[in-house]
Amino acid sequence: MAVAVGRPASDDLRNLSLSGHVGFDSLPDQLVNKSTSQGFCFNILCVGETGIGKSTLMDTLFNTKFESEPATHNEPGVRLKARSYELQESNVHLKLTIVDTVGFGDQINKDDSYKPIVEYIDAQFEAYLQEELKIKRSLFNYHDTRIHACLYFIAPTGHSLKSLDLVTMKKLDSKVNIIPIIAKADTIAKNELHKFKSKIMSELVSNGVQIYQFPTDEETVAEINATMSVHLPFAVVGSTEEVKIGNKMAKARQYPWGVVQVENENHCDFVKLREMLIRVNMEDLREQTHTRHYELYRRCKLEEMGFKDTDPDSKPFSLQETYEAKRNEFLGELQKKEDEMRQMFVMRVKEKEAELKEAEKDLHEKFDHLKRTHQEEKKKVEDKKKELEEELNSFQKKKAAAQLLQSQAQQAGSQQTKKDKDKKNFFFM
Amino acid sequence: MVAMAPGDAADGGWAAVTPEHGSSLEPEECSMEPSAMPEEEMPPSVAPSPAGCQLFGYVGIEAVLDQMKIKTMKTGFEFNIMVVGQSGLGKSTMVNTLFKSKVSRKASQPSQEERIPKTVQLQSVTHVIEEKGVKMKLTVTDTPGFGDQINNENCWDPIIKYINEQYERYLREEILITRKRKIPDTRVHGCVYFIPPTGHWLRPLDLEFMRRLSKIVNVVPVIAKADTLTLEERAEFKQQIQADLKTHAISVYPQEDFDQDPDDRVLNDRIREKIPFAVVGADQEHQVNGKRVLGRKTKWGIIEVENPAHCEFPLLRDLLIRSHLQDLKDITHNVHYESYRVRRLNESNRPALSPLNGLPGKAEGSSDL
Repeated sequence: MAVAVGRPASDDLRNLSLSGHVGFDSLPDQLVNKSTSQGFCFNILCVGETGIGKSTLMDTLFNTKFESEPATHNEPGVRLKARSYELQESNVHLKLTIVDTVGFGDQINKDDSYKPIVEYIDAQFEAYLQEELKIKRSLFNYHDTRIHACLYFIAPTGHSLKSLDLVTMKKLDSKVNIIPIIAKADTIAKNELHKFKSKIMSELVSNGVQIYQFPTDEETVAEINATMSVHLPFAVVGSTEEVKIGNKMAKARQYPWGVVQVENENHCDFVKLREMLIRVNMEDLREQTHTRHYELYRRCKLEEMGFKDTDPDSKPFSLQETYEAKRNEFLGELQKKEDEMRQMFVMRVKEKEAELKEAEKDLHEKFDHLKRTHQEEKKKVEDKKKELEEELNSFQKKKAAAQLLQSQAQQAGSQQTKKDKDKKNFFFM
Repeated sequence: MVAMAPGDAADGGWAAVTPEHGSSLEPEECSMEPSAMPEEEMPPSVAPSPAGCQLFGYVGIEAVLDQMKIKTMKTGFEFNIMVVGQSGLGKSTMVNTLFKSKVSRKASQPSQEERIPKTVQLQSVTHVIEEKGVKMKLTVTDTPGFGDQINNENCWDPIIKYINEQYERYLREEILITRKRKIPDTRVHGCVYFIPPTGHWLRPLDLEFMRRLSKIVNVVPVIAKADTLTLEERAEFKQQIQADLKTHAISVYPQEDFDQDPDDRVLNDRIREKIPFAVVGADQEHQVNGKRVLGRKTKWGIIEVENPAHCEFPLLRDLLIRSHLQDLKDITHNVHYESYRVRRLNESNRPALSPLNGLPGKAEGSSDL
């Protein structure tokens, strides 16, 4: 039962004029001050082949040296390396995270090159979504890791986009703000550059790749955004080394045939990129990421999980009820799985038991067989023993008999000789 | 003023690093200082620990502040304020004086008769006011009938219901699958409670109301019609009120738990010493010393509303509008709304069971707590 709230008959809002200075014009400042003390997060993803100049460009853009070793070319797959830095300029604290694609374009089979990138972006969205769906959440001091801008480095071939580029950009355009840039632009001559740029843009359009559009709805920035958009994709040169030009030191690359000045708009579009990325549209990039890309991800994810906004009777679903239903469903599934597993377990146990019984029976049989064999052998042995004993006995008897005979014979012989002797003796007497 | 959930430790990561690196460089200046070694983190899914970096020159990061300002000015602001108090305490006049225009319900509905209603009703009036390019959609919710009955038991219930209803509305919008780009914010950001100038102490009604409501909304108590109190009486009354609030553990705005850093605390302590502000409302101008000022003309003098020596209206206005408006909204969003959300999502019952109509089952759109 809603509380009866009286509202004026006409529901449209009326504009009032103030008769004095109220003071809420300080509101934007209040808001900004709060954000300043909290700090800003900005996350850039650099997608490009190894050695195309991603790290150097980051160093040049943010006027500092982010320590990083160059990657090798023999990575087995694409992996993403994220580093965070804290930058401070006057009273603005920026938590900058630069994500690098290590090993992009190095493999022989590049079919799956885009997958780790998409997974990483989705993982950041997922982390934010999980935090948002928590019951006890703390969104206001959540360290936002979602990618706000993706700088796609196009190799300066001078002809057209590689198919790897097209495929990757197509996969990424609905997830992140893509800003394509032509890297190492000092290898392209001016007239070729113009052709290259228009070829790239027409290829992107014909393949339906949605790159980031600089916003033109705000009068203050519409003009500059419109003029800069014409120069897309920006052809940039990065350098952290300084060369003396005239009487100033400027960032440049020195060649035997001349010096390419990074901040000279005639030489390359680096200044434009810096303007667009940092000085004019940083906030818009963050906003687009949150309101467009993240919302799309969230919608898809929740729909995938089965949540709907309205049921077939077009009455709004309560998320609570859906949660309940989902949870019950989930628990039911778990229960089912548990029962299945239990059944399987019982079955397996039975089988094993049967097997074991079989084995046991076999073993018994073998044992019996062995025993019998053993018995037989034993009997044989006994028999043989008996035989041998008998033989031995008979032999002994024979021996004894023989001996007896011999002794008898001897005795008889000796008796005979004794008799003879006696006879002889008798004769002699 | 940054709102922090009570019990949260200060965010160590931020505070730790920045004091080491001093004030940054002026634009156009090139410095060759060596950069700090950033810490390297390998696994991409783990949030890497940040490292400080020295900038060699002007990058233009601070332009993001202007970008934000432009964006917020374009979208405009919303502010919802509720005034609660017995009739005759000068609520409508006060609101008109605050916003220097006729925003109160009396002014916008002149045809309605003034009669004390039998039950507490809530009436909202919405206006769009603009100042120096900043547009604000201001909603003032009045509560005629509060505390006016003979039996005032539970007169705060409709108010609590209303506040929770706004939270519910916002929550429903927030959990939709397809959300609006900008969720309309009707949550009450501040509730100004008018204390009658008895000069003694808070009445039971005041205590009950403030106790219940300070848990769900920012309550700013003010002493109404303060021109009936002398300065000494005023000071005594304030002390008594502060003691009463402390005894009953009622935390009014600015709440101590939500002070983010020491600067905030110092500032808010100063404000807390002066709470509740003794205010006088007036919407007529008079001539004083050759200037036109807002004030009340009496036989014994003119009470200037904007004179800090006369009453504390400027303090109230500065608190509500000029310095802490965004803070009020932040605390409402980060603390009160979040605790409502936690309560709501922890409910295991279906939300549609309504004891009043006694019908179990699906009842969309209504929310009873």
